[in-house]
Amino acid sequence: MMHEPLEPRPVKTKFFTPTVIFITILAINGIIWALLRFVLGIGAVTNLDNQHPWGIWIGIDVAAGVALAAGGFTTSALVHIFHREDFHVLVRPAIMTAMLGYTFVALGVLFDLGRYYNIWHVPIMGNSTSVLFEVGICVMTYVSTLYVEFFPVVTERFMGRVRMGGILSKLNRAVDKLLRWIDAFLVKTMFFFIILGVVLSCLHQSSLGTLMMIAGHKIHPLWQTPIAPLLFLLSAISVGFPMVIMESLIASKSFGLKPEMDVLAKLGRFVGPLLAIYLGFKIGDMAVRGTYVYLSDLSLPSIMWMVEVLFGVIIPMRMFFWDKVLQSRPLLLIASFLAIFGVFIFRFNVFIIAYKPPYSFGAYFPSIGEISITVGLISIEILLYRILAIIFPVVSQPVKRLAVNAKYKVQGVFR
Amino acid sequence: MNTQSRREFLKTAGLLGAGIAGIKPKEAAASPVNIVSDDRMGVLVDSTVCIGCRQCEIACKEEHGLPVGSLDDYMDRTLLAEMRRPDTTALTVINEYPNPKNPDQHTDLKVQCMHCDHPACVSACIVGAFSKQENGAVIWDESRCIGCRYCMVACPFQVPAFEFDKALEPKIMKCDLCYDNRTSKGKLPACVEACPQNALIFGKRYELLQLAHQKIQDRPQSYFDHIYGEHEVGGTSWLYLSNQDFASLDFPDVGTEPMPGATEPLQHALFKFFIPPVALYGLLGGIMWLGKGNKAEEEE
Repeated sequence: MMHEPLEPRPVKTKFFTPTVIFITILAINGIIWALLRFVLGIGAVTNLDNQHPWGIWIGIDVAAGVALAAGGFTTSALVHIFHREDFHVLVRPAIMTAMLGYTFVALGVLFDLGRYYNIWHVPIMGNSTSVLFEVGICVMTYVSTLYVEFFPVVTERFMGRVRMGGILSKLNRAVDKLLRWIDAFLVKTMFFFIILGVVLSCLHQSSLGTLMMIAGHKIHPLWQTPIAPLLFLLSAISVGFPMVIMESLIASKSFGLKPEMDVLAKLGRFVGPLLAIYLGFKIGDMAVRGTYVYLSDLSLPSIMWMVEVLFGVIIPMRMFFWDKVLQSRPLLLIASFLAIFGVFIFRFNVFIIAYKPPYSFGAYFPSIGEISITVGLISIEILLYRILAIIFPVVSQPVKRLAVNAKYKVQGVFR
Repeated sequence: MNTQSRREFLKTAGLLGAGIAGIKPKEAAASPVNIVSDDRMGVLVDSTVCIGCRQCEIACKEEHGLPVGSLDDYMDRTLLAEMRRPDTTALTVINEYPNPKNPDQHTDLKVQCMHCDHPACVSACIVGAFSKQENGAVIWDESRCIGCRYCMVACPFQVPAFEFDKALEPKIMKCDLCYDNRTSKGKLPACVEACPQNALIFGKRYELLQLAHQKIQDRPQSYFDHIYGEHEVGGTSWLYLSNQDFASLDFPDVGTEPMPGATEPLQHALFKFFIPPVALYGLLGGIMWLGKGNKAEEEE
């Protein structure tokens, strides 16, 4: 191989930088508002009312959050199911981001639930006709699956290195043994969890699109379509790789590493066709249902639809088909951002813009509290990414000394 | 690199598959009570005889333990002109509209939960907290609710209200057709009992429909020829007669298809014996397995 060999290792960097301090402040602000929400109730912190039962906590934290965590299942499907080993270096960061993303989707839901302490009702009382139940149960199962998929990184980090102090030191040997047993178990069974993760993702990514269908005439016809589940699934698949590219470019810059441009450019080649398929169905649906008539009225929904499709699908699609973009770090970053923006705004449009209650006493605009908590959750997620990348062998880096102990090399799913 | 043989792959897949099938929430996920009985009850609202006295509002609050406030406030008719909606302080409200047939008079209209025959809330609720009872009442079960407010998103009439001001145990509140203490025991709903004008008639839904058609036939000059609720969203237990088009009375045009009609077939297709997920699992497993074989051959 002409490249230097790469190996995932804990990143050596200091935790705080000016940007990190700024993000920490946003996180603390979010935590303060979160406390207020739990003490004073949803009404005191949000602009939600009986006409607007769902706001950005569902539209952004949950719906967009789930879509933007699609990097996990798309990358693991590419590498492990379609055996594209050349993208191996991207799997760990992608799985970790998905794990964090889904964990925060689950947390985000808790803020929005009036009786969050009853969340355990979902698996035992679930209503089989409820789309929300299907989404909920799939997300719950998939979060667990992602933890399992990430666990080999934990065993790799700590096998043979369990050194707990004090009274716990007696347990060191037992914990190490347990880690080795789990690791051996996961090596044998990981394929099961990989496939399960992809199946669960396909199920709930599409069901997320079915979610608002029951609102019928309350959803603007531009988005109220029987193929909403398909559009949600296709858009989630198309945004997976741009998310991985964006994270990789930003993380490598933040950690002072060289970005894997050749791998990322190769990954970028998948994005154009995927976006094209999604766009095809989106435009086809519009033509079949004749909803283009709504575009001429230049209302908020029609403008948001055009922004979504033009800046979020058509322009990034054209960019990803362009070699010059794929080779250039800033252009690739911009193209990825646009594709991410497109899916983000798609979810935002369906859950917020398209929703028009039959009796409206004013439009919904998120409160400072809602925005603070949403921004806070994202900030904590970014900080956790940094912490995990410093603790665990996730980000691939050039290997300086090749004679690493073979026993601790890449394990399980990442083999 | 490959520590597993194909045989081992299949064996593990089978074992784990059996395991996960055991924990799938299939049995736990039951459909809620959703009965469309032929004898279901309903209420016919004849808005042409309603005088907007708001006795129904007072009776409803008393029945449901909500603060009634000063009775003098109910005499203030200026309040009626501004459209109100049922909320956590009042499960039913009266709105007043201009009367096109007689400019000196008004059209008064009581609004509350419509008690759909195919309720979106029952279909949507994640934990089955809503149910459609045999007598037609759509009720909410506090002991199940997790406060997700999907019922409010689903409701075509935007009826369920949520106690946004409560940090703990917020309730979803809406008309329950006085199910617990009255209609399940053969008594009249509180509002119907309180109405001095007989503008509200409680009875079997099919009989109410006959009565409503009869009324329109007998006095066509008084009525707009439409019974709101007869076919709307597949039919509702509450039926309305009016002297004018319901669109001008803020009744939404909801179509005649039941709201769950679009999503439930999709859900059922997906979950029927778990065929699609299992098929997808098999397909992906097959691709993975075949690729694995090719890779092993390359390496040999």
